[in-house]
Amino acid sequence: MIGLEHYLTVAAVLFVTGIFGLFLNRKNIIILLMSIELILLSVNINFVAFSSFLNDMTGQVFTLFVLTVAAAEAAIGLAILVVFFRNRGTIDVEDVNVMKG
Amino acid sequence: MQADLNIILPEILIAVYAMLALVFAVYTGKDKLAGTLTYVTAAVFLVIAAFIGLNDGGAQSAFGGMFQDDAFARFAKVTILLSAAVVLVMGMGFLERRNMMKFEYPILIALSVVGMMFMVSAGDLMALYMGLELQSLALYVIAAMRRDSVRSTEAGLKYFVLGALSSGLLLYGSSLVYGYAGTTLFTGIIAAAGEGLAPVGLLFGLVFVIAGLAFKVSAVPFHMWTPDVYEGSPTPVTAFFATAPKVAAMALFARVLHDAFGGVSADWSQVLAVLSVLSMFLGAIAAIGQTNIKRLMAYSSIAHMGYAMIGLAAGTALGVEAMLTYMAIYVTMNIGTFAFILSMERDGQPVTDISSLNLYSKVEPGKALALLILMFSLAGVPPMLGFFAKLGVWRAGVEAGLFWLVVASAVASAIGAFYYLRIVYYMYFGEETEQGLDEVRAPVLWVLLVGSAAIMLVGVVNLFGVDSAAATAALALVN
Repeated sequence: MIGLEHYLTVAAVLFVTGIFGLFLNRKNIIILLMSIELILLSVNINFVAFSSFLNDMTGQVFTLFVLTVAAAEAAIGLAILVVFFRNRGTIDVEDVNVMKG
Repeated sequence: MQADLNIILPEILIAVYAMLALVFAVYTGKDKLAGTLTYVTAAVFLVIAAFIGLNDGGAQSAFGGMFQDDAFARFAKVTILLSAAVVLVMGMGFLERRNMMKFEYPILIALSVVGMMFMVSAGDLMALYMGLELQSLALYVIAAMRRDSVRSTEAGLKYFVLGALSSGLLLYGSSLVYGYAGTTLFTGIIAAAGEGLAPVGLLFGLVFVIAGLAFKVSAVPFHMWTPDVYEGSPTPVTAFFATAPKVAAMALFARVLHDAFGGVSADWSQVLAVLSVLSMFLGAIAAIGQTNIKRLMAYSSIAHMGYAMIGLAAGTALGVEAMLTYMAIYVTMNIGTFAFILSMERDGQPVTDISSLNLYSKVEPGKALALLILMFSLAGVPPMLGFFAKLGVWRAGVEAGLFWLVVASAVASAIGAFYYLRIVYYMYFGEETEQGLDEVRAPVLWVLLVGSAAIMLVGVVNLFGVDSAAATAALALVN
């Protein structure tokens, strides 16, 4: 029998994978965008699992909002990435270093 | 339904205005309209601010508690709208001279302001998330507004990646809070959390939510994006980042902690105290080596968020009142300082080097004096208003028994005074250089700089009701 905790574990694993993808990745900014998407999707799994467990629709409504915002976020992220590529000629994470922070 | 719509009327008006302005500008003059649109947007902000400020209808909630309209939200909204209007007008000259006046700029600012207004009124995790994203998505684009500059697009990219990460943390926290409280409404969460110690699952969610919000207020250890975004963005955009979004994020922080987790303040006040002390010290120490004034202002804002967070860590009405007053004063100081930074140029090119200020007092004594007052106020030197802002949060801290935090912040502000005073030193006792600044004729910037410096002196005697409004606002939030 698959219970709530199984879903939460999967979501937690995906979430941590996403966080590590953001920090350990040294190659490509596209991978950063994929990691962000992974984080948001892990949150969605959490919401749907809780929603079904609690018999409450709010979680699923929240999921729809998150999905919509994630789409907008990806669009804006890619747009900024394209202008950055035009100026810099590369999308390597190591080359995002004109300013040292 | 009609009553609900009446409550969110100000937000609806700005949102509809932004969309109409967008369609109108696209089909007609495009960038030729940018100047007019900027003025109209600022005027809309002022009218809505007056509308909100003059309405004292007590506390109302709309859409089943999702949207709260109380004295606290109104105080934050008026501060946000006024500072956004001032920053819009202030940056126009700079953008026009550099051919960067795009009609999207005022429209994106208007949309981000709508997001901020929803944030400070949020009564539900969903409303909180949607408001925060509306604000953030508009800000990512504004940071990268200068499309042909590597620095500006890099600032936008860094802001986007770290901002998206912070939204992710906040959302993960929200999902845990929803799972353990069974609802996303703040009124339901505070009931589920109870008094004393919260259930472990809720606590876990709370920590993630705090981490996400700490990103938005740029508290250490979530501050990495701030210096780069401040340096890379065009200066008018930096001025905007340093004012309205900071007020909105701090107000949202207070709203979540008190409305949703007010019963378990023992759980979060220690976390906030740690964030606060780290921010104050990193802000004070890392700013010392900076040569770029925009980067310096970034570290200064990190430190100031640390001081404001003492008020939140106190977890009392007095603390929230001190935090709100602090933010209002901080925004005023920043508007004056950025009015000065916008006027820094040599041969028509913007300059941000601190060394260019050498012997500036001989070029323009009046502006140098005004900047001196602002720097003293930012540092917290006693006769200026900035000191009384700090005194307010210290009083709240002492009353809540956070003595170590107050002592630490006094030490941090003494360290921080060094880099503010260094700017004053350069202006009055610096070396002769070839690389000085030009005399700039910009009446708007001059008025804002001198006006803000004057407030730093006059405000000591009379705060024009800001203090009593902050007190009412705090009592509406904490009861």
